[in-house]
Amino acid sequence: MKHLLSIAELDSSELDHLLGLTDHFVEVSRRRMPKVPALQGRTVCWLFYEDSTRTKLSFEQAAKRLSADTLNFTVGSSSVRKGESLRDTVETIEAMGVDAIVVRHKSAGVPAQVTRWVKASVVNAGDGWHEHPTQALLDCYTIREQLGSLDGLRIAIVGDIAHSRVARSDVWAFTKLGAEVTLVAPPTLLPPSLHGWPVRVDHELDRVLPQVDVVYLLRMQQERMTEALLPSLREYTANWGLTRRRVDMLKDAAIVMHPGPMNRGVEIAADVADLPRAVVIDQVRNGVAVRMAVLYELLGSGSSLVTSTKGIAV
Amino acid sequence: MADRERRSTPPFGGVFVSRSQVLDADDVRRAIWRMAHEIIEANHGLDNVVVVGLQTGGVPFSVELAQALEKIDGTSPPTGTLDVAFHRDDIGLRPVLPSAVTEMPFDLNGRVVVLVDDVLFTGRTIRAALDAVHSYGRPRAVQLAVMVDRGHRELPIRPDYVGKNLPTRRDEVVNATVDGVDLGEMYKGHS
Amino acid sequence: MTSASPSVVIRGGRVVDRAGDERADVAIVDGRIAAVGADLEPGAGDLVLDAAGCLVLPGLVDVHAHLRQPGKEEAETIETGARAAALGGFTCIVAMPNTTPAIDSAGVAREVLELGRATCCDVRTSAAITVGRAGTQLTPMAELAALGVRLFTDDGNGVQDVRLMRRAMEYARGLDVTLAEHCEDEALSAGGHMHEGSVSARLGIPGQPAEAEELMVMRDIALSRLTGAKVHFQHLSTQGSIAMVRAAKGGGLPVTCEATPHHFTLTDERCATFDPVFKVNPPLRTDADVAAVRAGLADGSVDCIATDHAPHAQEEKERPFDEAPPGMLGLQTALALALTYLQVSPSELVGLMASRPAAIVGVDDVHGGPIAAGRPANLCVVDPAASWVVEPGALASRSRNTPYAGMKLTGQVRHTLLWGEPVVRDGEAQR
Repeated sequence: MKHLLSIAELDSSELDHLLGLTDHFVEVSRRRMPKVPALQGRTVCWLFYEDSTRTKLSFEQAAKRLSADTLNFTVGSSSVRKGESLRDTVETIEAMGVDAIVVRHKSAGVPAQVTRWVKASVVNAGDGWHEHPTQALLDCYTIREQLGSLDGLRIAIVGDIAHSRVARSDVWAFTKLGAEVTLVAPPTLLPPSLHGWPVRVDHELDRVLPQVDVVYLLRMQQERMTEALLPSLREYTANWGLTRRRVDMLKDAAIVMHPGPMNRGVEIAADVADLPRAVVIDQVRNGVAVRMAVLYELLGSGSSLVTSTKGIAV
Repeated sequence: MADRERRSTPPFGGVFVSRSQVLDADDVRRAIWRMAHEIIEANHGLDNVVVVGLQTGGVPFSVELAQALEKIDGTSPPTGTLDVAFHRDDIGLRPVLPSAVTEMPFDLNGRVVVLVDDVLFTGRTIRAALDAVHSYGRPRAVQLAVMVDRGHRELPIRPDYVGKNLPTRRDEVVNATVDGVDLGEMYKGHS
Repeated sequence: MTSASPSVVIRGGRVVDRAGDERADVAIVDGRIAAVGADLEPGAGDLVLDAAGCLVLPGLVDVHAHLRQPGKEEAETIETGARAAALGGFTCIVAMPNTTPAIDSAGVAREVLELGRATCCDVRTSAAITVGRAGTQLTPMAELAALGVRLFTDDGNGVQDVRLMRRAMEYARGLDVTLAEHCEDEALSAGGHMHEGSVSARLGIPGQPAEAEELMVMRDIALSRLTGAKVHFQHLSTQGSIAMVRAAKGGGLPVTCEATPHHFTLTDERCATFDPVFKVNPPLRTDADVAAVRAGLADGSVDCIATDHAPHAQEEKERPFDEAPPGMLGLQTALALALTYLQVSPSELVGLMASRPAAIVGVDDVHGGPIAAGRPANLCVVDPAASWVVEPGALASRSRNTPYAGMKLTGQVRHTLLWGEPVVRDGEAQR
């Protein structure tokens, strides 16, 4: 694997491989000194055009625990001149000698475009509404950790699917691993076409809740109000928010997930967010191990040295 | 472990073909028994001793060794397994993936760690293991038990307990399991 | 016989125009066709152009090309655009008015025509319907018509104000000019960067629905019925649009339309690479839409092929997909794409790429055929079997944004003659 741009282009064995590798890094993270020298001498560059403290910190922690060096090109800081073209910026970064560039951008497809201009590995840390592959990986890992294999599990993804890169990546990841996914949202928050999406759709959350093993809540953003997609946030919460009443409709073992940051009181009630079955903290913790697995796979595992990693173990 | 890696990793690859058996299953058992006595003698008992098998070749031996130690001493030393993939010095030069997840369910501070591996060759795996071990604490001492020392060290590493010293040519391959130790070569005819 | 320009004989080709298709040589004297017949003997000093294995067609006419001058000369100039056109077999092109400043006054129109005069193609110009293409005030259409402008369009945008469009149509009727519309309802298309459908939903790119184009087609057909004005629909891309034009024509309305080669060869799936070279307005659509465009070209519902040649500097097309400007090159690849992908006879192709576009913009007195004695020698000689690979850097355009980069196309222009002068000879531009 040279790049990680999307879940859509991975098959289930590659997903399993990354999740299996994550197990090792979960163990590393539990050590007294949670650091391995595996990526010593390698340099990873953060190219974050969009603000993101959580994802960036998670990647940074992952890189440090692998002993990699890091370079920071965050827009807004002096390192990225406004108006400098994407290509110029990326070629400058490569000239400094980096092994991987982790890109987050508000425009879909930017990580894919970057791969055309550099030799370094490229990781998509979120591109517009398109994909957020490492989020989907940590979501899968968390579900496996809590409930075992995803095969046959029923998962509801609730909220603004149309504008969510997390939703797209999760739909591919969950279904490739055998889960049954139901999207729950008002019609205005669903993509214009679901042709080719291996999912069910329901506009009514209450109907879906008793049947699912995982409720995955998406952030409901204030910006959507100005686009006339919803009458009001109150209406959203009343119909699609995970309130206390709704949580009680869930199966005993069902878990609640959220990519963060949560809008308490909107898509999730404040007290629901603190219930044991809401595993948001686990998601965050697993995020570091998952990102270690991704960085290791791209830069250390040597998979780009041979055509296939399958069946090679030492 | 060094041989196992060469066996399975491209561009070497191929199938192990035995030319001669050096130790049979009984010889191996006796060697393990002797090493267990040596470990107890050198450490004046098993207080604070932990036994760690290196993935993947060292693990079966560490299991046998731990059983032998318990039979002799009456106490059961804590055991663990360690995959040193992430500490290897050839990451990026060849495909390196861990095999089984490490389990080190103890605090190593102040303890004597007995590393167990199947074959000691260049010493690089042991160097990686020493590096890995220190992620778990600061042991009082680290000792090394190997079934076979086949020479050709590339680093200043030496074993404390050896099942069999076996001089080999560099291109020969040693296959050590709890059922026996064989000397042979890789047959690459059909890859 | 004294002649200012050398006499030319095009030998060994198959002469095709709307009237017929026959093996014949073509003799040219003083910029006009002197004779068309078998085995014409060239005189001493005559230039002989070999057309063995080739089709000899009327020079093609493109009613929709963005030449970017004045204002964006780094992307293209009238000179480089004309060269690309000649290499593509075109002897006449109509410049679009979305330049900076827009071609909305006699002064700018004159400048464009003047710059076009010395080039290797007959460059005509359209003019905007509204001042600055801002959609609020009509341009001095009579004054522009007096300069020879026959086509008015706000291309780049459609005229959003229906009342203004009605007035423009009524005014145009009195001037015998054609209003052309870039059909796009901006309230519906706003924020869309590709076709709204299953591909855009999968990629997470906001799209514009087919209805954004179709609503304006529907509206302007109704206005044409109301006002009696001639309307030409530019770059139609959807099944619905073409069906409506077909029905309107069937009802006797004076409407015509064009389609681009990219709309009969490419679909929105191309955008899955996120390469902005595939970003265009109207966007690449679905397989069904492509099929409808081809069917429309075959049955006459779509009158002509127009390139919508839209050069953009490389750095513009390397921006993120949603920020990059829409548009693709088209002049040098149009004929080859038509030959490769359309199931039409060479004579029908002449209709689609020469005679009907010439009629729409009123240049049919000198372009579009027929190939007969007395007619101006505006011709294109094309080898329909020659294949070539599209190399962006080798194209005559200043820009490189062709979606066909690396593709092998069949059909290569060998010679192009403008008023008898071989401006392209053996595939090379002569000036």
